[in-house]
Amino acid sequence: MFNADELKKLFLSDLNNVESENQLSEFWKKFLSKQGAVQGLMANIKNVAKEEKKSYGQFVNDVKNWAQKLYEEKKAEIEKAALNARYDLETVDVTMPVDIQTPGNLHPLTTVKYEMINVFAGMGFEIFEGPEIEDDDHNFTRLNVLKDHPSRDMQDTFWLTEDLLLRTHTSPGQIRVMDAEKPPIKVLVPGKVFRSDSDATHSPMFSQMEGLVVDKHITLCDLQGMLDEFVKNMFSDAAKTRLRPSYFPFTEPSVEVDVSCFKCGGKGCSLCKGTGWIEVLGGGVVNNKVLENCGIDSTKYSGLAFGIGIERITMLKYGINHMGKMFENDIEFLKQFKA
Amino acid sequence: MKVLLSWLKDYVDIDVPLKTLEEKLFSTGFEVEGTDYLGEGIERIFVGEVTSIEKYEGTHLYICHVNCGKEGEDHLILTGADNVFKGAKVPAALVGAKLPGGFEISPRKMKDMVSYGMLCSGGELGLDPEWYPTAGVDGIMILDENAPVGEDIKTYLGLEDYVLDISVTANRPDCQSMLGIAREVAAFLGKELKMPDLSYTEDGTTDERIHVDVIDKDICPRYLGHYIYDINQVETPLWMKRRLIAVGHNAISIIVDITNYVLAEIGQPMHAFDLSTVAGRSIIVKRAADGEEIVTLDEKTRKLTRNNLLICDTEKGIALAGVMGGLNSEIKDDTKEVLFESAKFVKDNVRKTARGLGIQSDASARYEKGIDEYSVETGMARALNLVQTLGAAKVSSSHFDVTAGASREEREITVSAEQVNYVLGIEIPEEEMIRILKSLSFGVTCNDGTMTIKVPRFREDIETYQDIAEEVIREYGYDKVVPTFLSESFVTNGGLNAAQTKELEVKKYLCTLGYYEIQTIAMTDKTEFDKFLLSENDSRRTVIELLNPITENLGIMRTMMSPSMLRAIETNIKNGNDDVRFFELANVYIPKSLPLTEQPYEIKTLCLGSAGAKENFFTMKETLESFAADNDLTFSYQRGNEPYFHPGRCADVFCNGEKIGTFGQLRYEMIDKMEIAEGKKASTKIFLAEFNYDLLKKQFKTEIVYKPDSGFAKNSRDLSVAVNKNIACGDIIDAIRSADTLVSAVKVFDIFESEKIGLDKKSIAFNITFSSDEYNITDEKAENVMEKVLSVLTEKFDAKRR
Repeated sequence: MFNADELKKLFLSDLNNVESENQLSEFWKKFLSKQGAVQGLMANIKNVAKEEKKSYGQFVNDVKNWAQKLYEEKKAEIEKAALNARYDLETVDVTMPVDIQTPGNLHPLTTVKYEMINVFAGMGFEIFEGPEIEDDDHNFTRLNVLKDHPSRDMQDTFWLTEDLLLRTHTSPGQIRVMDAEKPPIKVLVPGKVFRSDSDATHSPMFSQMEGLVVDKHITLCDLQGMLDEFVKNMFSDAAKTRLRPSYFPFTEPSVEVDVSCFKCGGKGCSLCKGTGWIEVLGGGVVNNKVLENCGIDSTKYSGLAFGIGIERITMLKYGINHMGKMFENDIEFLKQFKA
Repeated sequence: MKVLLSWLKDYVDIDVPLKTLEEKLFSTGFEVEGTDYLGEGIERIFVGEVTSIEKYEGTHLYICHVNCGKEGEDHLILTGADNVFKGAKVPAALVGAKLPGGFEISPRKMKDMVSYGMLCSGGELGLDPEWYPTAGVDGIMILDENAPVGEDIKTYLGLEDYVLDISVTANRPDCQSMLGIAREVAAFLGKELKMPDLSYTEDGTTDERIHVDVIDKDICPRYLGHYIYDINQVETPLWMKRRLIAVGHNAISIIVDITNYVLAEIGQPMHAFDLSTVAGRSIIVKRAADGEEIVTLDEKTRKLTRNNLLICDTEKGIALAGVMGGLNSEIKDDTKEVLFESAKFVKDNVRKTARGLGIQSDASARYEKGIDEYSVETGMARALNLVQTLGAAKVSSSHFDVTAGASREEREITVSAEQVNYVLGIEIPEEEMIRILKSLSFGVTCNDGTMTIKVPRFREDIETYQDIAEEVIREYGYDKVVPTFLSESFVTNGGLNAAQTKELEVKKYLCTLGYYEIQTIAMTDKTEFDKFLLSENDSRRTVIELLNPITENLGIMRTMMSPSMLRAIETNIKNGNDDVRFFELANVYIPKSLPLTEQPYEIKTLCLGSAGAKENFFTMKETLESFAADNDLTFSYQRGNEPYFHPGRCADVFCNGEKIGTFGQLRYEMIDKMEIAEGKKASTKIFLAEFNYDLLKKQFKTEIVYKPDSGFAKNSRDLSVAVNKNIACGDIIDAIRSADTLVSAVKVFDIFESEKIGLDKKSIAFNITFSSDEYNITDEKAENVMEKVLSVLTEKFDAKRR
């Protein structure tokens, strides 16, 4: 049995030798457990005078607290060391490469389609998708493409029967929307269209986006205002549009819309063939005959319409020079369009 | 439309630079797609006079001294040509000269002498043989003795001129001519239009035997004929030859050249029949009989149908109306009498005949764009004027005019300035509109805010105030349009609807799983069905066929997506990219009945495809399960039997009891037939899935329903059973699920086979969760349900608990 001073001395020297969790638990058993030496001091109380018993108890308690505190400190130290050792052991080479399932991405035509939709959605356009197999009435007649118009020719249109065909443009969507809804109408019709054509800039299948607005007093000025906003969002803040006369049976006046070259800013370069302008879409004021064909009173309402080639915009935006690339689906091509 | 600048200047004074002219044409709707300078590549070549010539002994050469006036009076030039003589005027290319094709002239040593230039042939100057009388001769192009010495050869030969290639929109057939373009130029330059001379005098003679009759006036609404005789086949004047050559015609003979000249100038196709070959001296315009034949000018026999309009005499066809003359009535060197034709044939009919028979002629190209009756009259008058002024024939008084009765008055429309401005959105003063319309040959009278507009007969495209608005803004300038933003319009709420948003999310989710979106052509090939081993009566062979496909392999509308997907995968493997994950969302086209009488079903179909060392049947299934989990759906699977899939690795996919798709591994014998390296075939495995997206999307949740925690305790048990090897795991899971309503989840955590349990057996371990919204699942309750589960499994699958 130790006296307190001897005990404290031994406690300190033993504590000093503790280096592992095992030693720490041995140490605890030796000194701090119920059978431990510190508790053992209490056994001496029977040798203490009655009037000193209380102060002796206090004394042992102080020793206990002193020992407990030193033990806790040691314990924290040991645990920290163990943790540090584990961290050292588990240290990895953060530059090691890993194997992942590389994400795919959307087809560039889809990406551009939704970019375009976003721009017009912000202007209040809804999206309508019509059938790809259309009839003569929707694809031609009610769009004021009369029976002897060249675009009906076998050379351009894929026919399925005398009446049914693969739609040659998204414009029949205009008719379907106007049949179903009354003004105000603001709608986009994106989709696949088909023409009997195949070369560097043509594919028998391609995609268009039709836009139609019908409301009170829609004018040519509104068409340009709207398309200015579109090209600013699609190409650059500095982009401007230029209108020039064109011809479509379903609009009058009809315009071809050029955008100021976003590569050279209009100074003239290879992209714009030195003109400073790039042709991007066609449009115009909706021909009253088309409104009347859909039961809309052209003395009360007017409209504007435009049609954008999604491939054309995509090719311009990314500098793709061959239409065929779009439908070849070479992964080396596709993976470049991660957004 | 090719326009020769100097020719255009016959009708309008052009006092602006060429560039300005091009810009003005462009801004009024006539894009100049190209401008060719006739003297392109010719520099420092002058009219020279050979002052002396002697043979260079010991060579084939001649030593010439050439006087080029102000460009130097004595140039020593050697030439090998034999047709040069003293005093001859010749094109002399001096040192520093350039010839078309980029050839440059420098001093050149020839034997012991140096030649300081070159005398040129017509060919070396890049000339058409008819451009100059001696342009086609073998040797140096000897010039007229009056050619001014020292003059630039380009000036002398009329090469300081430009050909503009102008694109004309389909609504403006009246501008398919020099005169039509001149009208537009005169309007925007504010100049007067000088009409070509249309005057001629008939000499009073008639030939009563000649008859002209039109049977089918619906496709020939106007037919003019005029008899000319005593044909004198004079040489076509040089100016006319050059103009024809410059705009793409050949110079042939005076009568033919005049018809081509009128086509280019007025825009009216003309035809000349050698009347001596016309039986009965009668012209009858009528539809051909089915099977009737005619030999056209190009010496080809054409088999006709009722849809072809034929010009006939009393015995036979002599021309395909508006397309090409017949060989039998062709103008020959000894032709003495001619009937001129100037007619309107309906454009649709000409186009169909030309396309149907595969003939493209200058006349058909013009007719296809549309001819007005004013042009029919003007063309004939101009042809007669030229015949007379050039002394090519006598103009008789025998002429014919057969008409369907269309009015020859100018149409009147009434339009207000307010209507025009309403369309345009800007305020253009009425006086300005009137000025513009008058400049474009419209007659305008004003009365109390409305304009009464007389539409010129050649403007068949003008009908309404919208058309007038376009005419006004074309001239007023599109640059004066002020961009506005629907200032008076309702605000509408735009954007994708729920289904459209979902579709984009579906695509994006598949991307995150490693799939690239592809896009393939919707048309395909019937032979794909054989490649995909579909049985003869497979419903997917019921297809919509195109009447006029580009090629046979784009001949039908697809009824399944997998063939296009497989082609995309094949392309990539061929390119060395063996690891691919692709998807496509597009339509297949299913006819409601055949022959097609109504629009077919267009079924949106989701197709997945994968290939590569890391892919197998279950990686594809992982994709489907992830997709289902992402959409909070439960898919179940049954063995499928698609003919193109591995019979042991093919599954049908169900959602809420409805079959929504199929997936599996492509058959090895199909891989064998693919166009990929032989060495790769053994190791290539391809996995495809095809889903009916229209059915799938009905399963998508339309709203999120939150369910508060019931607060009742769940419980779970593990169950390990041995069953026969061929029992499908999914069937056992389904049986456990439906054994009791308290079963809320079933997971498989171990499967193994061993001799211990028997070689025909497998052991499967399940973790089964029980829950209820109404009470706690006590251990006792759990055990009760387990009893039930086990008895179901024993009964259904002869399962033994392990």
